[in-house]
Amino acid sequence: MSAIRITTPILDDSVVESLKAGDFVLISGVIYTARDAAHKRIVEALEKGEELPFDLKGQIIYYAGPAPAKPGRPIGSVGPTTSYRMDPYAPRLLEAGLKGMIGKGSRNQEVIEAIKEYKGVYFGAVGGAAAYLARCVKSAEVIAYEDLGPEAVRRLVVEDFPAFVVNDIYGNDLYKIGRCQYMEIEDPALFKC
Amino acid sequence: MREIRVDEVRKVVKKLCMEANYYLPQDVLNAFEEGKKKEASPVGKNVFDILKENAKIAATEEIPYCQDTGFAVIFLEIGQDVRFVGGNLEEAINRGVAEGYTEGYLRKSIVSDPLFDRRNTGNNTPAVIHYRIVPGDKVKITMAAKGGGSENMSRLAMLKPADGIEGVKKFVIRTVSDAGPNPCPPITVGVGIGGTFEKVAYLAKKALLRPIGHRNPDPRYAKLEEELLEEINKLGIGPSGFGGKVTALDVKVEWYPCHIASLPVAVNIQCHASRHKEIEL
Ligand code: SF4
Repeated sequence: MSAIRITTPILDDSVVESLKAGDFVLISGVIYTARDAAHKRIVEALEKGEELPFDLKGQIIYYAGPAPAKPGRPIGSVGPTTSYRMDPYAPRLLEAGLKGMIGKGSRNQEVIEAIKEYKGVYFGAVGGAAAYLARCVKSAEVIAYEDLGPEAVRRLVVEDFPAFVVNDIYGNDLYKIGRCQYMEIEDPALFKC
Repeated sequence: MREIRVDEVRKVVKKLCMEANYYLPQDVLNAFEEGKKKEASPVGKNVFDILKENAKIAATEEIPYCQDTGFAVIFLEIGQDVRFVGGNLEEAINRGVAEGYTEGYLRKSIVSDPLFDRRNTGNNTPAVIHYRIVPGDKVKITMAAKGGGSENMSRLAMLKPADGIEGVKKFVIRTVSDAGPNPCPPITVGVGIGGTFEKVAYLAKKALLRPIGHRNPDPRYAKLEEELLEEINKLGIGPSGFGGKVTALDVKVEWYPCHIASLPVAVNIQCHASRHKEIEL
C-alpha cells in the first residue's frame, strides 16, 4: 500500500486539501492524546477563555488512553478509542483551529460538516492494534490533567504512525465507501449507500 | 469438604488478568488466519496481518494486546463440596484483579460511580463477578477482559413470542449493522435467547466464552449460529470497518427456557481482542 507521509506539528490547509478518504498515511511528529474527560475540560476552558493544555492551531488529537509504560519504554499499548464519544466536542475544537483527529469508528453529521467547514481531517487507525501502534511512539509526556490517569493529555512524538483518511473536506467517508463496496444485503432500512 | 484458601484464588486471578491481556487464545489466532483467507478486500487482508503482528508483539513483549484492558469479568464455577477458608472470597478476587492490573502494567479503566464522581478507582476494581454452584469439589475460574468499545455496542430487546426466529435474526443483524466499525471488527457475536431480562444478558456474555468454531450442541441453534454468521458477513463492514467480507469471526448462541409471554434477546458484541482465560483449581 503506497503511503502519504505527513509531518507535524502544524497540519496546514494545503495538506488537508490534498487528502482524500481512503488514503493511507504515515504520520510523524507531535500529536496529542485526549479522550472523553479531557475533551470536556478543554471545551470548558475554551468557553471560559482559560489557558488550554496546548495550542490547538494546526494540531492533531489522537483519541487514546494508553496502558502504563513498562520500565524503559516511552508508553504502553496505545490504540485508538471509539470516536463518536468525542462528537459533542469535536466541532468546537475544529472551530478553534484543530486540524486532525485520529480514532476509530464513525462520526456524526455535525462533525462531518465541521470537517468540511473548518478544513479538518478525520483519520481512522486500526482499533485494537495497540501493541503494534505503541511501536510508533518514540516519546510521551503528560502535559495536562494528570489526575485523569489514562485520560490525561499526553504529548506524543510518533514516527510513521499508520492510519487511513476516513472523513475528508469533500464530505467523503471511507467507512461508508468501504462498506458499500462489499455489502451483499440491499436493505436501506439497515444501511443507506 | 475440600478446603481452598482464598489467597490461592487471589494468586490465580492475578495471573489470569495478566495472561488474558498478553496472550490471545489460540482459537482467535486461528480465526485470524482463516479470516485473512476469506477476506476479499486488500485493506481487510492488511488489517488481519496487523492484528496477527499485534498479537505477536503483545505475547513476546508481554504487553497488553489492546490498551483497553477491560472490565475484569470473573466467572466462578464452585463445586458444592468446596469450602473457602482464610478470608473473604470476594475481597480476594478483587485483590487479585488490583494486583494483576497494577503489576502487569494494564490500564485501569473503572470509575467509582457511573453518574456523579466518575473518579478512576486506580486499580481496575471492582470486578464483575458471576458465581455458579456446581456438583463436585473443583473450582473453575474464568477471566474475561471486556473492553468498553464493543460492550457499548451491545443491546437487549424483549421481543414478542410472535416475532419468532425472524424477529431474533433481525434484531441481531440490526445490532451488528448499527455498530458498524465502532466495536473493532472482526467481532464475535454472543447472543442470548430466552430466560428473563437479566438472564438473557448473562447468556449472551457466557456465549462469548465458547471457543470459535464450536457450535451449540442443539442442532437447531447450531444452524441459527451459522445462518446469522452468514448474514452478518454480508453487511460489508469488514475488518476494522474499512469494508470487507469478514465482519464477524463467529456467532455464539446460548438459550434458556422462557415465560409464555416473553422472547428476550441479548446481543453482546466482542471485539477481535477476545481475551479470556480459565484455570481449574
Ligand atoms: S473494542 Fe476491543 S479492540 Fe477495540 S479498543 Fe476496545 S477493547 Fe480494544
